[in-house]
Amino acid sequence: MNRYPRWKYLIILAALVMSILYATPNLFGEVPAVQVSPISSVTQVDQGLMDKVVGVLDKAGIAYNGVLADQTGVKVRLADTTIQLQAKDALQQVFGANYTVALNLLPATPSWMRSIGALPMYLGLDLRGGVHFLMQVDMRAALNKQLDRQTNDVRNQLRDAKVPLAGIVRDDQSLVVRFRDAETRAQGQDVLRKGLREMTVREIDATRLALTPTETGLKSFQDQALKQNVLTLRNRINELGVAEPVIQQQGADRVVVQLPGVQDTAKAKDILGRTASLEIRMVDEENMNATSLAQAARGLVPPGADYYEGGRDGQPLLVKKQIVLTGEDISNASAGFDGRTNEPAVHITLDTRGARIFSQVTRNSVGKRMAIILVEKGKGEVVTAPVIRQQIDGGQVQITGTMTTKDASDVALLLRAGALAAPMEIIEERTIGPSLGAENIEKGLHSVLWGFMAIAVFMSFYYKRIGVYSVLALGFNVLLLVALLSIIQATLTLPGIAAIALTIGMAIDANVLINERVREELRAGQSPQAAIHAGYSHAFRTILDTNITTLIAGVALFIYGSGPVRGFAVVLCLGILTSMFSAVLGSRALVNLTYGRMRKIDHLSI
Amino acid sequence: MEIFHFKRDIPCMSWSKVTIIISLVTFLLSVFFLTTRGLHLSVEFTGGTLVEVHFEQTLPASHVQDILVEHGFPEPSVQNFGTSADMIIRLALKDGMSSAQLSEDVIATLRAADPGVQLRRVEFIGPQVGEELVHDGLKAMLLVAVGIVAYLTFRFEWRFAVAAIISNFHDLTIVLGFFAFFQWEFSLTVLAAVLSILGYSVNETVVVFDRARENFRKYKKASTAEILNNAITTTMSRTVITHGCTEAAVLSMFFFGGPSLHYFALALTIGIVFGIYSSIFVSCPLVMWMGADRSHFVKTDQPAKSADTRP
Repeated sequence: MNRYPRWKYLIILAALVMSILYATPNLFGEVPAVQVSPISSVTQVDQGLMDKVVGVLDKAGIAYNGVLADQTGVKVRLADTTIQLQAKDALQQVFGANYTVALNLLPATPSWMRSIGALPMYLGLDLRGGVHFLMQVDMRAALNKQLDRQTNDVRNQLRDAKVPLAGIVRDDQSLVVRFRDAETRAQGQDVLRKGLREMTVREIDATRLALTPTETGLKSFQDQALKQNVLTLRNRINELGVAEPVIQQQGADRVVVQLPGVQDTAKAKDILGRTASLEIRMVDEENMNATSLAQAARGLVPPGADYYEGGRDGQPLLVKKQIVLTGEDISNASAGFDGRTNEPAVHITLDTRGARIFSQVTRNSVGKRMAIILVEKGKGEVVTAPVIRQQIDGGQVQITGTMTTKDASDVALLLRAGALAAPMEIIEERTIGPSLGAENIEKGLHSVLWGFMAIAVFMSFYYKRIGVYSVLALGFNVLLLVALLSIIQATLTLPGIAAIALTIGMAIDANVLINERVREELRAGQSPQAAIHAGYSHAFRTILDTNITTLIAGVALFIYGSGPVRGFAVVLCLGILTSMFSAVLGSRALVNLTYGRMRKIDHLSI
Repeated sequence: MEIFHFKRDIPCMSWSKVTIIISLVTFLLSVFFLTTRGLHLSVEFTGGTLVEVHFEQTLPASHVQDILVEHGFPEPSVQNFGTSADMIIRLALKDGMSSAQLSEDVIATLRAADPGVQLRRVEFIGPQVGEELVHDGLKAMLLVAVGIVAYLTFRFEWRFAVAAIISNFHDLTIVLGFFAFFQWEFSLTVLAAVLSILGYSVNETVVVFDRARENFRKYKKASTAEILNNAITTTMSRTVITHGCTEAAVLSMFFFGGPSLHYFALALTIGIVFGIYSSIFVSCPLVMWMGADRSHFVKTDQPAKSADTRP
């Protein structure tokens, strides 16, 4: 009665071999590496790039232990951190412009293991150190900005249709368009209804129309704003040189950013948190007189204009609300120096659309001034307001103002990385220093180890041979759990390690239940063989019930838990599942192997 | 080796009035402390900034606090964390002050006092996130409760499910009561511990109930109290050993897991102790008083098998 068919042993053996194979990579640790990845997602990582990286290292005389290329970039394994820094510097010089050169850690797993997908668990930020940000997108502000942009469309469409217009103002979340009379209003209504698909046009009274974004228009706009923000963040992070950043959309208006191993958190926050965008607008020349400026300084800004007190050169300005160009039309930006004056400058290349508009505007406004405004955190700053000397074709623009070389390179970086479609705010931050991460791993491992040891010693004494089997089954459980977590490439966090420790403490329950039951059956006068059989079969139902209730708690934690708690829940749930297998099947297999073939057991060691 | 071997059943059910009163008093005390003192919630729930720093030299926490107050940081609270050189600084939320800046400013300020100061960890939680965490925590609790009641009703009977969930929440309240009384910090990891207690402490109840169900089928003439006493006694050894083992793992976290797992392990310890108590002295009497008896199991299930005829 206590024999397993051969296939059951084979299944257990297969599970054991697989779990050893897939759990082992976690023992190898990590080696320092340098990663070279293209900034633009269009650039392919190919053999050519790999050869070039190898060439640079060979030329610099830097020894490396292996080079591999994957979708993200070319990674070079190096012997230690000193060589790692040398390699980074050497590569940075050559690849600096169009590639990110970042320090990284790569698993030191042998390549044959990697080829079958046996990889170590991914360590969470609390174990490896790094920064985690949760950012909230301010959709309201984004929508306002979008509405401002749409005033241009409205204006252009009415102008093209030759419908005279008295004015447009933004009123909360809609645009109010004013006409001279009812007749033009009716004409305008027709034009706008046809032209603006994503807005509903409604008449307020005889001369005014209200334009409100439609439900679908609003949704698609929000989607786009979020996507654009994610893209922008990705670009900015590439500039920072982080090896494996995680940038993910969360919910309708949030973005999660995780930067493992980042040391300079201040810089990271600064670059991420900036919402700089560039606006090119015309200076309101008609009102640029002493009276208007003085009034504006007191808050009486002329309609259709914005007042900027003291730009970088200290001159107050009145600037038209209408935006000529935004940062979105910029295809590249770099810091440099003005050819003649040798002042720090930012060189901007506009895309075709931007170049066309710019050329048109400069042609029509020769002799007038144009303000280049850097908008950051909702506040604009006039970088410079040069006089347009001639029409500028070809989309090459140079901005000079009162700025240092550092300012110039910062502005260039922000412009190059693109503007955020909507301002964002950091609503959650977790920064873990690298030393704390290493400490957390050590402490977590000690907890697991000592917990296991204590249980192992007790079980072996208390239940003797069967107790030893229980301990072996418990070890099998840990192995299975670690292997499973490695296979699914789960992120291991400190609460996750705590869950492993807790699982060890709870998984033994199944074996205690079984062993107690077997003893009870023996006491009741059953033969050892019958006692084993009855013990396992009676206990199984209880084990199932207790595990399912714990599993319910684990699942609830997984559904509603966030961040570290979710990691805890994953390990807890998987641990319950693996323990069912190891504690019941694993220990039974050992018992069956020893006792199952005996005709008569004189003494059951329990 | 055997520690527990009872010749006769322990008459737990005859003590039920006393034990229920003890439970009730502990429970009410917990509720009292929860309402008067409240939980000392971590920044994760309240929102705010937490900065963990490591100093080269040992500085008194009060001194660090003075420095921070002097520089106008919003309501700083400084505590030693683990060792005297490690400190946790908590700052309240303040409108218009960005988190990004705040932690950097703290470090810059402290660097003036000790140039070797090291930033170990920063946590900033905005007010909206904190609120969500509280809501999600409550939702998770509700889901666990409903799930367990549904499962136990399906596997046993509604009286058992109700008794289990009441004793479960009794444990939960007492754990929270301890946190309120001692003003231990209630963090997200502690919440995880508390929710696993919900799942874990019901185990004990399930084991006893499982045995009771078996006994109902086996012993035709025994009273409910006798059945429950027998179920408790026969599973006593398992109870103590299992929880002893779990506790060993938890204590290992308590001693070796460092300060981050300290309260996590503490919550589990209290939960385990009261889990044992309540499954024997709370849920069993409740089942008895709600009138569970043989007919609830024997009628609906198949007739007793040959193996179950043993007295």
